[in-house]
Amino acid sequence: MIIYWECLRGIVLREWLRFVQQRSRFFSALVRPLLWLVVFAAGFRAALGIAIIEPYDTYITYETYIVPGLACMILLFNGMQGSLSMVYDREMGSMRVLLTSPLPRSFLLASKLVATALISLLQVYAFLAIAWFYGVQPPPLGLIVALPALLLVALLLSALGLLLSNGIRQLENFAGVMNFVIFPMFFLSSALYPLWKMREASEWLYWICALNPFTHAVELVRHALYLRLAPTALMVCIGLTLLFSLLAVLSFNPQHAALRRSA
Amino acid sequence: MNALEVGDIAFAYGERRALDGVSFTAAQGRFTALLGPNGAGKSTLIALLTRLYDLQQGQIRIAGFDLRETPRKALARLGVVFQQSTLDLDLTVEQNLRYHAALHGMPRIVANERIELELQRQQLGERRRNKVRELNGGHRRRVEIARALLHRPELLLLDEASAGLDPASRQALNQHVRALCRDETMSVLWTTHLLDEVQADDDLLVLNRGRLVARGRAAELATEGEDLAASFARLTGNDTHGAGSSLGHRPAVLDGTPGAIEPPHEAVAPASNPGAGSARASLESGRRSS
Repeated sequence: MIIYWECLRGIVLREWLRFVQQRSRFFSALVRPLLWLVVFAAGFRAALGIAIIEPYDTYITYETYIVPGLACMILLFNGMQGSLSMVYDREMGSMRVLLTSPLPRSFLLASKLVATALISLLQVYAFLAIAWFYGVQPPPLGLIVALPALLLVALLLSALGLLLSNGIRQLENFAGVMNFVIFPMFFLSSALYPLWKMREASEWLYWICALNPFTHAVELVRHALYLRLAPTALMVCIGLTLLFSLLAVLSFNPQHAALRRSA
Repeated sequence: MNALEVGDIAFAYGERRALDGVSFTAAQGRFTALLGPNGAGKSTLIALLTRLYDLQQGQIRIAGFDLRETPRKALARLGVVFQQSTLDLDLTVEQNLRYHAALHGMPRIVANERIELELQRQQLGERRRNKVRELNGGHRRRVEIARALLHRPELLLLDEASAGLDPASRQALNQHVRALCRDETMSVLWTTHLLDEVQADDDLLVLNRGRLVARGRAAELATEGEDLAASFARLTGNDTHGAGSSLGHRPAVLDGTPGAIEPPHEAVAPASNPGAGSARASLESGRRSS
């Protein structure tokens, strides 16, 4: 058992060391949601009134509404960043070091997921701290209760990133992930607008948003931050995390890339 | 027991066969050179030996452990230096070694001891806190060797490890690995396409177009009136040294029979063996001509 623990610790430590050495990555991860919070939300505050909806007990500002969505945006971008990092490691060869470890490949990949998720959580809490001083203040206990929810969402999105990385042939193809995964997932969710607003605009758009896994991730975190449980969102997130992780591990095979290249 | 036993392995990328019925052994405590031109199938063979690719046919045993049936035990006994650097450039030398120790599940106390030992042995003690990015090619290779030795493997596999190094660093690396092999009685499989990295006393395997076309002591490979370069050119059909290009003309040590895992050939003492001495001369001339 200690062998597995040492391995997990080593993989997390490596991700941490890489993270602290790439300060620009940390700041860019924070700048993106802060821009949305400070600039975008300020502009839309007047235009978008938010009625009393679950889990809030009263009327809220638009900034308060979008903070959980922006926290999940950090996790989404980090999950995809993890995917980019996997493709980069694969192309540069450093993935080989991981794969020639005697420990089971599924455990090594799961450790990578956990490491990516933990690093993402640090960025989310840095963002929540800044948002707190900006005036978006969920209950203090909510910040603790939200931790497992955020961890679950981080694992879900990291697993999705890993799954996608298995299908990406080259680093250059990563732009496609941005266009066809990150943006649609984020905009077609409840991160920026409540679902009832979407329904007012378009019924089919509403259904797309309602079925989007990212909507469930955002709602899970939103409810947890305000000390509520969203059972459906929780079940969906757990189920999809397991599914994506399983598919990612099953479809992970460095040999596939070589066979594809030679085809 | 052999450090490595490869029995009748084959691998194809779709329709293209990269390896076809390759069988050989690497004896314990010996320096085995795997020589082959570019595209011979060396990298595919390394990918199979390290379990990066799944075997499509045949069997690989590392220190007696079957790679397919007991991969954990087999890989724990294998140290690898890949052709392409696999170090994390943004981490320090020590951090890279720690990461590797963790991947092998090494407890911290053991890892500390071994990292210290390997840093001293590879003469990297003063560079432990340097980022790998700051090191030259030769030092990076030493870090990779230190890393490959950290978990005390029984077989050290080096895939064109000297690629990209200047001639002096290349020679120094080759000598360094030979010293490890000699002093630590470690088994080494050194793949290369450069003849001057092979010495007369080495166990030699020649791979060409996915097939093993010769194996034996390097000194024995060169037939009468031939140096190693000419033999290599003849065996691989690369007639750049004036030698015949026919693969059908094989030296006495050649055994093209796939499937059999053969015991290593008897050692030849170069100093007392006139044949080996002349072969060494041939090798020297091969070096000059290559």
